Amino acid sequence: MSRPELVIIGNGMVGQSLLEALVAVDHGYNITVFCEEPRPAYDRVQLSSWFSGSTTEDLALTTTAFFDEHGITLRLGERVERIDREAGTVVSSNGDTLPYDKLVLATGSYPFVPPIPGNDQPHCLVYRTIEDLEAIRDSAAESKRGVVIGGGLLGLEAAKALKDLGLDTHVVEFAPRLMAVQLDEGGARLLRRKIEALGVQVHTSKATQQIVAGDACRYRLEFADGESLDTDMVLFSAGIRPADALAREAGLEVGERGGVVIDNRCCTSDPSIFAIGEVALWSGRIYGLVAPGYEMARICAAHLTGDTARGFEGADMSTKLKLLGVEVGSIGDAHGMTPGATSCVFEDGPAGIYKKLVIDESGKKLLGAVLVGDTADYGMLLQYCLNDMKLPEQAASLILPAGADKPALGVDALPDTAQICSCNNVSKGDLCGAIASGCTTVGGLKSETKAASTCGGCAALVKQVLDAELVRQGIEVNNHVCEHFAYSRQELYHLVRVHGIRTFDELLAQFGQGRGCDLCKPTVASILASCWNEFLLKPEHAGLQDTNDYFLANLQKDGTYSVVPRVPGGEITPQKLIVIGEVAQKYDLYTKITGGQRIDMFGARVEQLPLIWGELIEAGFESGHAYGKSLRTVKSCVGSTWCRYGVQDSVAMAIFVEQRYRGLRSPHKLKMAVSGCTRECAEAQSKDVGVIATEKGWNLYVCGNGGMRPRHAELFASDLDDQTLIRYIDRFLMFYIQTADRLQRTSVWRDNLEGGLEYLQDVIIHDSLGIAEELETQMQAVVDTYVCEWKRTVEDAEAVKRFNAFVNDDTPDEHIVYVRERGQKRPARPEEKKGEPA
Amino acid sequence: MNIKANVVGWEDICAATDIVRGTGAAARVSGMQVAVFHTDDGFFALGNYDPFSDANVLARGIVGDIGGKLVVASPVYKQHFCLHTGICLEDMSVSVPVWPVTVRDGRILIAAQPAAA
Repeated sequence: MSRPELVIIGNGMVGQSLLEALVAVDHGYNITVFCEEPRPAYDRVQLSSWFSGSTTEDLALTTTAFFDEHGITLRLGERVERIDREAGTVVSSNGDTLPYDKLVLATGSYPFVPPIPGNDQPHCLVYRTIEDLEAIRDSAAESKRGVVIGGGLLGLEAAKALKDLGLDTHVVEFAPRLMAVQLDEGGARLLRRKIEALGVQVHTSKATQQIVAGDACRYRLEFADGESLDTDMVLFSAGIRPADALAREAGLEVGERGGVVIDNRCCTSDPSIFAIGEVALWSGRIYGLVAPGYEMARICAAHLTGDTARGFEGADMSTKLKLLGVEVGSIGDAHGMTPGATSCVFEDGPAGIYKKLVIDESGKKLLGAVLVGDTADYGMLLQYCLNDMKLPEQAASLILPAGADKPALGVDALPDTAQICSCNNVSKGDLCGAIASGCTTVGGLKSETKAASTCGGCAALVKQVLDAELVRQGIEVNNHVCEHFAYSRQELYHLVRVHGIRTFDELLAQFGQGRGCDLCKPTVASILASCWNEFLLKPEHAGLQDTNDYFLANLQKDGTYSVVPRVPGGEITPQKLIVIGEVAQKYDLYTKITGGQRIDMFGARVEQLPLIWGELIEAGFESGHAYGKSLRTVKSCVGSTWCRYGVQDSVAMAIFVEQRYRGLRSPHKLKMAVSGCTRECAEAQSKDVGVIATEKGWNLYVCGNGGMRPRHAELFASDLDDQTLIRYIDRFLMFYIQTADRLQRTSVWRDNLEGGLEYLQDVIIHDSLGIAEELETQMQAVVDTYVCEWKRTVEDAEAVKRFNAFVNDDTPDEHIVYVRERGQKRPARPEEKKGEPA
Repeated sequence: MNIKANVVGWEDICAATDIVRGTGAAARVSGMQVAVFHTDDGFFALGNYDPFSDANVLARGIVGDIGGKLVVASPVYKQHFCLHTGICLEDMSVSVPVWPVTVRDGRILIAAQPAAA
């Protein structure tokens, strides 16, 4: 039986979210997606970051690989021209006719351009798609001044873009204040002051009547009040309109002012056709925010797959964001329109903070709030508002500066149904469930429930729920390394640094108890190495090392080891390749190319290791540290030296980075990569530290990894020169080494940092803790004291002695048995070893 | 119980200084592989064979104490074996043999046969 046909028109943020919800279940459809734009879904909320360093790739929310993987047909750059409801077909701009059993309209909206004479000239632009951004960039290159028409949320985002492009930026608003929908008079006044202080001129109560040729600039805006403003370019950002033309022509019910009417199932007036996102009109409302769109996508996916339990119930339009660097928040009835509503206001002019609460007649409930300049209270106030919670006696205390007897929101008071993360619809009950089943860190909750993983606005609240719930459930969390030390790894690190402790015995005597174990010994060994960088196999350190570090090789299942010489940046001479081949052949080692652009040689017995390394060192190789919790490899592409597309010498940079950080001991292994252009052939975005060349320098990405829970690295800083790049990596790595838990990769570490990426950027880039110099000095000390461990070992007769198979005998372990397979040896399986004594 | 009391014959293995304090080394005793450990609490010897990984590796484990019991952790899958009894802490039904050890004139001596379980 053939599968029913599902056609989805539109692949914006909401359309993509629908696809993700569908592929997560057994949806049973043949899916075709029409995407009018030349690329699949990208993050429209973050558009303005395109002008401050993010690339089109950074904004991407999906790739064509997603469609291939899930067997979804993606028709890129193709519109649907017509819906034939009687025939149950759609006709595309390529002239194809496709049947549908179910159809979803996720066509979104288009920018509203006011009907002003002269609005259709060149350099009169809108702000919605990547193509719009490219047009804005090109126009800005020929302009000195730019005007944004529209002082709402999107208009101010657009103003940031123009400012980032270096234009003399003006905002023209028809209403008497900025962000008239979200802010009251007082909040808007402060926002205006702050924005003007940043050099953006604001003109309110201005009705533009026509755009004519200018004198000083290309154009002149003439206002109804007789004034005018000259500008080289005009950017319209005066609101959005639902893209409902297809639905209108097909005779679906639409609202008076546009929007396809949907019911609680997201179903239109035709039971086979659904509509979601900004094109949909639910209960007389269009939701221009992404979170309600995502909720519609979830509901729509559920109903398409027969799960009819839930319906769309409307969405809260409260928002919190940063506009031109100014924090702005608006909750519920911000204007106090509810009959009987009263308000209380806190304003600190010099500090640039304005906060207002709108309270109901009884004085018990919060109806809304306005926050400008400081949105720290947003999460707490939103919960009061959404859950009808009783306000404290002195409601005003909620918006007073911290310290002044400010009551903390008892998250215990929140009902289980309270929505904590609106982006991913995670309730307090969901969080508590995850905590009860073993998630005891913010990072754990993020990956388990997705809470705080999109915009991050609820991170503080998630932490509060976590802390309160742990106390309530009587779960004691301690991050002590083990029973021998009542300290976390970070605390042990500081004890070692501050007290200048050089050995495990010293640390145990002063701060621990018992004898130590296989948890604390390697942890302390790593800390000592990060701090003092002494030879691992000195007698006082030898017993602390995991077997990999003890034998400077990787233990395999049969008790033998593998050997990985360093191949910096993956660049190797033919002569060295020959040496590896000869050594592998001589000792009969199984060889395999690794993912990190090196060669791994398996099946070396302990007593063979110094012999093998003697030959490798003779040929100029050094330890690859594949065995350590330390820097593994720095992968690279060939870069500008050979590649037609390369813009920087990625190989030289990779080699420099690998040689700088080789041997650095850290809480977990570290992987890095350098790509020579934005095509990213070195896969730097899957590494702890990823470097990608740009025309102007290097973009730095941090905290990615592959493995069990793959995670993309995040853009940390853009267009860095060589020196700044290395300084940031120095600081980043040392800060990680100082503060991470045992065996915590950078991604998990970052997820558990309160304040997340922004905090990390503050510490590393803006030196908010005043430790940047110290971090650099500490890193330089490690770099300066680097010695190849294997070179040191083979030159040390006492150290070599420890590699003997037996302390009283030279014959190899008879229990290690190999068979041949595909031209190489491999460990014999137990049944193949039968008859041989254990 | 003093497991050294019933030892019939001792084999001379190596000098006490041949094994760095805090580490272990493999030795052959009457044809069997033994893991000898030099700890702050003296010398211990267990079978070198790790029943969980089917490899002769216990001499390469980290020694320490867990809940007051002196142990070595298998370097492969990290199970802990008691240095006194050879019993696995994670699975008491599994154990490795224990050899009596003594030090005489700076030499490590190990019993020719493991102690009876």
